[in-house]
Amino acid sequence: MTLAELASPPKDYSYAFLDEFAKRELRRRILKAIAIPGYQVPYASRELPIARGWGTGGLQVTLSLVGPKDIIKVIDQGDDDSVNAANLRRFIARMASVETTTDALRATLIQSRHRVPEERLSEGQVLILQVPQPEPLRGVEHSAAKAQEMHADADYALMWLGLYEQLVRYGKFVTGASYPVIVHKRHLMSPSPIPRWDTPSLHQAAHLTLLSAGREKRLYAVPPYTDVYPIEFTDVHFSVEDQSGRVCELSGATQKFMNEIPQADGSSRYTVSDTGYAAKLLKQKHGEAATPGATYYDDNGEFYHAGYLKH
Amino acid sequence: MLATSNINSIILQSPILVSATPLLRANNFVKRYGRVTAVAGVDVAVYPGEVLGIVGESGSGKSSLLRLLNLEEKPEQGEYYLDLKGYHNVNLLELDRFHQRQVRIHHIGIVYQHPHLGLRMRHTSSGNVAERLIMANERSFAAMRAAARASLASSEFPLDRLDDLPLRLSGGMQQRVQLAKAIALKPELLLLDEPTSGLDVSVQALVLDTLKRLQRERHITIVIVSHDLGVIRTLADRVMVMRHGHVIETGLTDQVLEDPQEAYTQQLVHAKL
Repeated sequence: MTLAELASPPKDYSYAFLDEFAKRELRRRILKAIAIPGYQVPYASRELPIARGWGTGGLQVTLSLVGPKDIIKVIDQGDDDSVNAANLRRFIARMASVETTTDALRATLIQSRHRVPEERLSEGQVLILQVPQPEPLRGVEHSAAKAQEMHADADYALMWLGLYEQLVRYGKFVTGASYPVIVHKRHLMSPSPIPRWDTPSLHQAAHLTLLSAGREKRLYAVPPYTDVYPIEFTDVHFSVEDQSGRVCELSGATQKFMNEIPQADGSSRYTVSDTGYAAKLLKQKHGEAATPGATYYDDNGEFYHAGYLKH
Repeated sequence: MLATSNINSIILQSPILVSATPLLRANNFVKRYGRVTAVAGVDVAVYPGEVLGIVGESGSGKSSLLRLLNLEEKPEQGEYYLDLKGYHNVNLLELDRFHQRQVRIHHIGIVYQHPHLGLRMRHTSSGNVAERLIMANERSFAAMRAAARASLASSEFPLDRLDDLPLRLSGGMQQRVQLAKAIALKPELLLLDEPTSGLDVSVQALVLDTLKRLQRERHITIVIVSHDLGVIRTLADRVMVMRHGHVIETGLTDQVLEDPQEAYTQQLVHAKL
């Protein structure tokens, strides 16, 4: 018997690419993030074979959590097939030999850039959002040290000054994506650049949301069934993008977040942004077996937590 | 009969300045910047409704003292009391960051010589005033807007320019926005750091007018720092003369400016004349 026979066969990479120490560190950070909802936990962001800004934060969290039995879905702006999503999915599948899917309800881990699926996720599922800029106070406070102090004191007043300025100048809140929220009545959090439409989906959600910024080396979490409220005035409320009057060209769906396709004559056509969900609707339309799940917004645009949206 | 007893009680009362407890008490303030001692053991007492002027040449420590009184910086030594509800006999310098900020937001207003120190130049003027209300946990847009408008009106700011950026306002108007911001929450104490120094004489007179009217109407306690004896003479009841971080002379304004005792004060008054 030789030493070579006793040792495990040599491999080019560890399982799921990251070495075990890196994964252990990430998991510890994730536990801390879950323990303090909305709090940004610093972590040692590793080098990956993709560039910073292309989802390295989300990818590290996915790689540290993935196991052989997981089913992976990767979304880029609602789309399963765009370059970013396709590459990340292939990479994760190759490194962890896991099954992949486009069905949001079948997936155990969903890594996403800038969208939350339309269908309601359930307990046990993990949504991993890629974050370019984790600090919601960056716009009002340039110093990271000062911003940390403000988080410690829960001194978020300046955010409301920003809202005031928006109302005075534009007559409405103009923050399109990354609308700041207060998590668990304590920490101000940037929900990553998801549209306002998706922000309510994080409130009292059944699934766990992890948000991770690879370049900024910070991750944070919204645990299941946690309060998430967008910042607003008592007399002027947060509202989601108005999707009324928009009908999906392909599936005929209404009151879902739509991609706008500008036409040569100046008009616009629309398709559902969430391609996984749209595929199910299409199948159903053609009489094939498909069961689209319950969505966060019903066909009248009503959010599933009645009374959460005041408009 | 009634009149006599009234007169008697009035005569028996000691002067308000003696009987009242001071609103502001600062004992033995010391502040050093490296090897420079900016404030070297200064005691200040200001009574409710009084205007205290602090004069002195550049570098005499008067602006440093004002920053200490505004709880912006921490002195190396000293005790600081404000006679406010909930803060009687509480040394404000021993409070934590959070409570110090609460005191600063609710009870102290400040107007700086340079508007860019006190204002957000790229926010609207009304937004600058609203900031104070937001800091005090106001979350209603309508209430904020109304309060900002009222505050700007009482500092005689032209209301048609309510939502202009301070960047695009004249110096006098910028100072009025600062003043509106400072008085938005009706603070007990107003600190003025050379409020009219950058302004030409006619605008200066108008701003001083506004200050004087506010002081009269709201019975607000003011500490004003200036090197301009004219400003001090117009506003202040009492004067403190500072030099090299020390208070060298203090007394009623007329008394100090008409009959200065210290050589330096005499020089200062004569230089003015």
